[in-house]
Amino acid sequence: MSKIRDRSIDIGTYCPQPDDQLIICRCEEITKGEIRQAIYDGMHTLTELRRFLRTGMGPCQGQSCSKIIQGILARELKISHLELEPAMSRAPMRPIEMSVLGNEVKGGE
Amino acid sequence: MADQADVVIIGSGVIGNATAYYLAKKGLSVIVIEKASDIGNGGSSRNGGGVRQSGRHPKELPLAIYGAQHLWPTLSEELGVDVEYYQEGNLRLGKTKEHLAVLADIVEKGKAGGLELDMVTGDQAREICPHLSDEVIGASWCPTDGHANPLMTTLAYYKKARQLGVRFITGEGVIAIKKVRGKAREVVTANNSYVGDTIILAAGFASRKIAASIGIDIPMIELVMEVLVTEEQPKMFYQMLGTAAADFYGHQSTHGSFVFGGSSGHEAYHRGDDITATTSMTAPCICRGIMKYFPQLADAKIVRTWAGAIDDCVDHIPVISHVEEVPGLILACGFSGHGFGIAPTVGLLISEMAAGEETTLDVSGFRYDRFKAKI
Repeated sequence: MSKIRDRSIDIGTYCPQPDDQLIICRCEEITKGEIRQAIYDGMHTLTELRRFLRTGMGPCQGQSCSKIIQGILARELKISHLELEPAMSRAPMRPIEMSVLGNEVKGGE
Repeated sequence: MADQADVVIIGSGVIGNATAYYLAKKGLSVIVIEKASDIGNGGSSRNGGGVRQSGRHPKELPLAIYGAQHLWPTLSEELGVDVEYYQEGNLRLGKTKEHLAVLADIVEKGKAGGLELDMVTGDQAREICPHLSDEVIGASWCPTDGHANPLMTTLAYYKKARQLGVRFITGEGVIAIKKVRGKAREVVTANNSYVGDTIILAAGFASRKIAASIGIDIPMIELVMEVLVTEEQPKMFYQMLGTAAADFYGHQSTHGSFVFGGSSGHEAYHRGDDITATTSMTAPCICRGIMKYFPQLADAKIVRTWAGAIDDCVDHIPVISHVEEVPGLILACGFSGHGFGIAPTVGLLISEMAAGEETTLDVSGFRYDRFKAKI
């Protein structure tokens, strides 16, 4: 059951922080500042951040950065990180060539 | 607790968000209610991003043309977010004589509706997009079609509407719409109720159950389609692609990845419990389809696959309509898998309907009471 969340709640205004230049999502080179700015633009879930910024959309699919982003989001929204649903993991587990993925049909024949 | 606004919108998909934005621009107060935790979690964030006029139903075509001419080209600027819109044309590809017949029919219908749309030979198609295989013997070509990023578009409308004061509530599933003194007025959820002078139902397939709470039924089913995305690739082309055989559709994004959607033939026979779950069968099937047209992509790596549902209306065009039995209710559902491209136009039209204004385009073809039995 999803928790009811009003997207107009006041979380203050975006204030730059000294380490905003830090790259958080290494695959897509998204900085902490970009993530924080998007949160103030209304992206209040990990899935929305991912769709808006491409965090966790690169080759590693968020396996490196998702925990860190969860922490940033929880701090900005002033809630526990336990309240945040993780973004969905998707097949395939590792990037796989089209020719290999498309070759499954003949397996049993 | 009763929250009140001029307009209450059920569903934060691209249609709901676009409508909210255009209403807020008119100065109306709006509340958007979303069942999921995430904004735009249905088909709006799961589609292939086509902004296409070709291949449209004659009733839908004017909406698509209006969007391509008046709304999409300036949308990024208007919303302050790059929605990655490309107007580089659409090729619908054919490999057999039967395919060419399908395409010729599409071309004829498009031309009748005033669209710039032509048949081209396989070689002409390869001049437009040099990466196509020799199996392609012909295509339809619409130079003013294009594509955009559905994730960015949906969230850009959300961001801008929110800035203009629209209230968005997520995690709030609607149970029923209730009449007060003969007029739709109250939207009831598990714990709350929201009151609006106008209620807009734009909840995809879920609209059917919600509409039933007030005695209205729209004949639609839920189809599950899948999409896959490759790793970043060198820039190859920016046309939108489809096929006469409907093997796949897709494009290369700003990021460089290819986004391809398709199906396995089992769309209507999904498990039903989680429509966002992918199957082991569909993505390989899409890959096989793509490689026949683009052999060069055989080594491109798939990084991610996902699924989403289509609210497929019995006549495959949407319902965009006031409801005579329920004054104050506007239906916007049944987009049948091609709602994204016309979403800005539809949002504009619904905002005009809700504000009691004359609509820019005729919407009488999308009435809720158009459905007739076969005998």
